[in-house]
Amino acid sequence: MGNAFKLAIKAIWINKTRSFLTTLGVIIGVGSVVLLTSIGTGLSAFVQEQFDALGANTVIVYPGDIFGEDGGFSQEAQLSALSNSKLKMSDVQELRRLREFLDIVVPMNTRQETLSYRGSSRKVSIVGTTHEFIIAKANILPETGRFFTKEESEGAKKVIVLGPTIKEDLFGNIDPIGKKMRVGSTTYRVIGVMEEAGGGGFGGPSFDTYAYIPIETSFKQFDNKTIIEIITKTKSTDNIPESIAAIEKTMLKKFKEDEFSVVEQSDILETIQEILGVLTLGLGGISSISLVVGGIGIMNIMLVSVTERTKEIGLRKALGATPNVIMLQFLIESALLSILGGTIGIIIALFGTWGLQSFFPAKVTLDAILLAFGVSTAVGLIFGVAPARRAAGLSPIEALRYE
Amino acid sequence: MLLRLTTVSKHYKLGGTVIRALDKVTVDIDSGEFVAIMGPSGSGKSTFLQVASMLAQPSDGTIFLKGIDVTEYNEIESAKLRNKEIGFVFQQFNLLAKTTALDNVKLPLVYGQVSDREQNRRAKEMLDRVGLSDRMNNTSAQLSGGQQQRVAIARALVNEPAVIFADEPTGNLDTKSGEEIMKLLVNLHKEGKTIIMVTHEEEIAAFADRLIMFRDGNILSDTKKRKTKKKTSKKKGKK
Repeated sequence: MGNAFKLAIKAIWINKTRSFLTTLGVIIGVGSVVLLTSIGTGLSAFVQEQFDALGANTVIVYPGDIFGEDGGFSQEAQLSALSNSKLKMSDVQELRRLREFLDIVVPMNTRQETLSYRGSSRKVSIVGTTHEFIIAKANILPETGRFFTKEESEGAKKVIVLGPTIKEDLFGNIDPIGKKMRVGSTTYRVIGVMEEAGGGGFGGPSFDTYAYIPIETSFKQFDNKTIIEIITKTKSTDNIPESIAAIEKTMLKKFKEDEFSVVEQSDILETIQEILGVLTLGLGGISSISLVVGGIGIMNIMLVSVTERTKEIGLRKALGATPNVIMLQFLIESALLSILGGTIGIIIALFGTWGLQSFFPAKVTLDAILLAFGVSTAVGLIFGVAPARRAAGLSPIEALRYE
Repeated sequence: MLLRLTTVSKHYKLGGTVIRALDKVTVDIDSGEFVAIMGPSGSGKSTFLQVASMLAQPSDGTIFLKGIDVTEYNEIESAKLRNKEIGFVFQQFNLLAKTTALDNVKLPLVYGQVSDREQNRRAKEMLDRVGLSDRMNNTSAQLSGGQQQRVAIARALVNEPAVIFADEPTGNLDTKSGEEIMKLLVNLHKEGKTIIMVTHEEEIAAFADRLIMFRDGNILSDTKKRKTKKKTSKKKGKK
C-alpha cells in the first residue's frame, strides 16, 4: 500500500504538466463548488446578522392572511392583502394599550409619489410612519439631520426624511437639510437623510430609495387612512408567544381570522434562510457538474496512461504483481490526482472568498471544504475504476509485446 | 527434477482456426542446467518459454516445479510463483524508464513483501555481482545497452529464483556487449543457477550445455553436451 502511494506520486511527478492539466477540471469544479457555497453561506449569515440587529423581539402585524396553504408565505396572498388592507390607526391605538406586552407600536403605510427639487424630480415610495420607526428598525438611522419628533409626527407636520439615493439624485452635493421640496404638489421641509442601508429585501427596492414622512401627514395629504404594516416590539424576547396571543386577541375583536396575520421575526428569517438554503444547494449542484466533467478528464488521462504504460504493466505482472496490486496502483494514482486538484481548488476558493469579502458577505465553512475534499476523492476513485480495471486485466505476455 | 513439463500443449484460436503453438511437449530440466532453446519463428519456442515460466497457462498437460503441480494455478498464484521462483531476462531489457538501476533491481522484491532495508541490501549486492555497483543511481537512459541488460540480470537474480528464463538476451546488443552478457550467464551457470535461454544464434546457444530444437510445436531434438573444455564446445550441439 505504501509502495503503491510512492509509485503513484512518482507517476504524477514524472508527468508534471499533464498531471496539472488533468487536475484542472477538478480544480475548477471544487473551486466553484466551495466558492459558490461560501457565497450562499455568507449571504445567509449576513441576513441572520441583519435580523439580529433588528432585534429578535420584533412582531409585525400584516393585513390579510399572508400565510399560504402550506404554512409558508404566499406572495400572491401577500400582495392582495396589502391592497385590501383594513388596518386603521384605531387598531394601532388598541395595540398600544397592551403595555404589559409591547414597548412600541409603529404603523406604516407607503405610497408612490413624485418628489421634486428645483426641476429635478423622481418617483419614490414614501413611507408614512411615526417617530418610533427608527427604534423599531434600529438598523436604519439618519446620517445627517434627524428623524421627525413625536410632536411633528402627531401634529402632521410637513417634514420629510430622505433615503441617501434620493438625496443623491435630487440634491447632488447640496446639503438638503432645511431645504424645501415638493411631494406631489405640497411643499415639505427636509429634516434628515438616512444612512445607507442597502437592500430592502432580495429583489425588492432598496431602503435607500425610500422617503419618510409622519403618518398623520400622509393621512391628510393622500386622503387614505389605511395602514399596511404595524411593527411592534415586545418587552422582552421571553414573552413573544404571550405577546402574539395578546395581539391576536385584540385584533380578533374587530377582524376575522383571515383579515390579519401576526408574524414573528423568526418566521420571516426562517423563510429567507430556507430560500437561501435552496439557492446555495442549487448553485453547488450546478457547479458540481464541472466536478463530474473534471472526473471524466481524469478517467480519460488515466486510460491514456494505462495504454502508454502497457509494457510497464506487463513487466510488473511478469515479475509478480497481482492484478489487485496493479489495480490499486492506478486507483491510488487517479485518487491522488483528484485529491491534488481538490486541494488546489479549495485553496483557490479560499483566496476567492477572501477577495470577495471586501464587497460581499462570503464565508467559507469547514463543511464545504470537507465535502469538496470528500467529493473529489470519490470522483478520483470512481473515475479511476475503469482505467485501473483495464490495467489489471492486461495479459502480461500481450502487454510485454506491446510497442 | 526442477521443472517437468509432461505432454504440454498450448492452442490459440485465431479467427476460426486453432493454432497448435505447442503440441504435447514433454521436457525435464534438472537443477543447475543451462538449456538453450532454438528453432525457426513459429516453431513454438517462445510459447514454450511463456508456458514454462508461468506467464501463460497450458491448454493441456501438466507442469511440475520443484515437485509441485502448478498446472492449475490461477492468475494470483502464478504471479506469486513467478515472483518467488522465476527470473526473467528479456531481449528488450524492459527496465522502467526514469527509474534508477537500484530501483529497477528492487522491483521483484517490492512485490515480494521484503522490508525496505533488505530490498536495498539485496539489490546492491546483485548490482555488485553484475559489476554495476558504481551505476546504481543512474537511470536506464544513462546506461548502455549492455549495462541495461546487466541490470536486468541483477533484477532476475535478486529474488534468488529457481529458474532464470532468458529470451534472446543478446538480441539487442552489439557483439562485445553480447559476449559480456553471455560470460555473466555462464558464470551464473557455474555457480549452479538454472538457466533456460531462447536464442536464434548458434554461437550464443553454444554457451549452453543442453540444446533443445523446436519445430512446428514439437521438440525436434534434445542434446546434452559432454562436459568438455569451452573452446571445443563451440561447434557442437547444433542440429
